[in-house]
Amino acid sequence: MRAISWVAVNVFKESVRDRVPYNLAIFAVLLIASSYLLGQLTAGQDVKIIKDLGLAATTVFGLFIAIFIGIGLVSKEVERRSIYSLLAKPISRSQFVLGKYAGLVLTLAANVSVMAVALYAVLAYLTYAAPENVRSAWDAPGIDPRLMIAIALIFIQLMIITAMALFFSTFSTPLLAAALTFGLFIVGHFNADLKNFDKVVDSKPAVWMARGVYHVLPDFSAFDVKTEVVHGLPVTAGYVGATAAYGAAYIAGLLAVSVLIFSKRDFK
Amino acid sequence: MSAAIRIDDLTKDYWVGFWRKRPYRALDRLSLEVQPGEIFGFLGPNGAGKTTTLKLLMQLIFPTGGRAEILGRPVGDVGARQRIGYLPENPYFYDYLTAEELLQYFARLFGYSGADARRRSAALLDRVGIGPERRRQQLRKYSKGMIQRVGIAQALLNDPEVIFLDEPMSGLDPLGRRDVRSLILELRDQGRTVFFSSHILADAEAMCSRVAVVAGGQLAAAGRLTDILAFQVRGWELVVDGLTPEVLDRIAPQLTTHTEISPGRYALDLPLTVPPERLLSELTATGVMLISLNPLRDTLEDFFVRRVAEMGEGARGTGEGQHAGD
Repeated sequence: MRAISWVAVNVFKESVRDRVPYNLAIFAVLLIASSYLLGQLTAGQDVKIIKDLGLAATTVFGLFIAIFIGIGLVSKEVERRSIYSLLAKPISRSQFVLGKYAGLVLTLAANVSVMAVALYAVLAYLTYAAPENVRSAWDAPGIDPRLMIAIALIFIQLMIITAMALFFSTFSTPLLAAALTFGLFIVGHFNADLKNFDKVVDSKPAVWMARGVYHVLPDFSAFDVKTEVVHGLPVTAGYVGATAAYGAAYIAGLLAVSVLIFSKRDFK
Repeated sequence: MSAAIRIDDLTKDYWVGFWRKRPYRALDRLSLEVQPGEIFGFLGPNGAGKTTTLKLLMQLIFPTGGRAEILGRPVGDVGARQRIGYLPENPYFYDYLTAEELLQYFARLFGYSGADARRRSAALLDRVGIGPERRRQQLRKYSKGMIQRVGIAQALLNDPEVIFLDEPMSGLDPLGRRDVRSLILELRDQGRTVFFSSHILADAEAMCSRVAVVAGGQLAAAGRLTDILAFQVRGWELVVDGLTPEVLDRIAPQLTTHTEISPGRYALDLPLTVPPERLLSELTATGVMLISLNPLRDTLEDFFVRRVAEMGEGARGTGEGQHAGD
C-alpha cells in the first residue's frame, strides 16, 4: 500500500508540474466564467445555461486530462525506460499500475475541484446579482448543493475513462490507446440504446449480441444527471449509490485486467 | 559460500516479424556464477546479449528457458530487490523531478523515513559529484553524464549487497570514468558484489576479478581476464631509443615488423619464439635504451571477432532463428 501511495504522489507531482493539466484547467475555468456572459443573452435561462455549460466543460476537460495524461502514464515510462530503474526497486508490477492509476485520479480530483469551485463562484455571483423575484422563478437554487451529485458522477465517469486509458496503454501504442479510449467514451454514451435493441430489431442473435456488447462496454449515460440536477428533478440516493457501485466494479475489472497484462509484459 | 548470482541455462527468444512470427534467440543457455564480494565483468560487443541478461535478472523480461537466482532467491522476488541495486543502460528518469526528489522517491520505496531518505539522497548525490545547486534542478535540464551519475546514485540508495551496472561508464567524461572506477573498487572493498557489463576491455582490466565474455548470445569464455587472454599472447613489442640502422639490419631477421616512431626510436615486434630478454641484452650492449616492453595480445574486439568466427553459424543463429542484440 505504501509503495502504491509513493508512486501515486510521484504521478501527481509530475502531472502538476507538466503544463497540460494547468492549461486545460485554466481553459475550463475561463469557459465556465464566460458562460455567465452567454447566460445574459437568454432572459430567465441564464442559471440553467451556466450549470449546463459548467458541467459539460468539467466532463470534456476532465476527459482530455484523463486521456492525454492517462495514456502516457505507462507508455511514456516504458518508451523512455524510466520503468527499468523503478521496477528494480521493491515494488510489484501491480503496485506500479495501481499507483499510476491512483496518481492520475488524484490529479483529476484536483482539476475537477478547481472546475467545481469556478462553477460555484460564477453561480454565487449570479445569485447575488439576481433580484429576489428572478431567483424565485428558478427551478433549482443558484448555489445548488445537488450540483455536487452531478459532479461526483462525472468524476466517477472520468475515473472509468482513466482506467480505460491505462488498460489500453498496457499493451498498445499511445496513439492507438488514445483513439480506443476516445472511441469507447463516445460508444459508452450510446450504449444504453443497445439495452433496448429488442424494441427495434426482431432477430434474436442480434439482440443477444447487442445485450452482450451492452454488458461489456461502459454505460456512460447512467452517469449523466445534468438535466435532472439543472431542472431540479429528483435524483435518488439509491440511483447514485447503484451508479457509483457500477462504476467501481467497472474500474476494478479494468484495473485487474491491466495488472494481469502488465505483469506478463516484456520490456524490450 | 553460496553464489551471489547464479544463472542456469538462461535463454531468451523474442518473436519477430509481422505476419509470420519467428523466434529470435537473444540469449542461448547462459550459465554462470558470481561469488559474493567480487567485481564481475560481463563483456561483449554491442548486440551480444549483455543487456538482455541484465533485463532477465531484473525481470524486466521473462526467460524462455532456464532460471536465475540472486542472493539465493529467484529473480523477480520483490524482497530480494530490497538488497540489490541496478543501473540500466542509458538511464532515463522523470523530466519534472529534481535529482533529490527522484532519489527521495526511490528511497521511500525502500522504506526509508522522510528524514533518512533526505539524508541518504544528499550523501549519494555528494558521492557522485552532483552539488547542492544542481540537485535542485529538474532532470530534463541535465546532461547525459549527469543523468548517468544520478543513475549510479539511485542504484546505491539501499546499500545494496549486489549491484548491477549496465555500461556504467557510458556518457561519462574521463574524470567521470575515473570516479566510477574508484566507486566500484570502493564497493568491492566494502564487501559488495558488483556485476557490470561493458564492451570496453580497459574497464574490465582495471577492476574485475573475473569476467564472462558473451558473443552472439552465447557464453564465449569465463574466468580471470588474464587467464582468458594469456594464451592469446602472440609476441612482444619493444620500444627502444638510440637504435642505429646498422644494428637494425642485424637484428631484422628476428623481428616480425619494425616501425620508426621518430629518428632513432623504434617499435620492434617479436614473435613468441624469440625471448625478449635475449634481444634486449644484445641491444643494450650497443647502447640502445629500452623505453617499454609489452606483450602483444588480442584486444577484446579481436577476441570477439575470433570467437564468433570459431563458433561459426552456431554463434550467429540457431535453427529457431537469429541471435538478438542488446
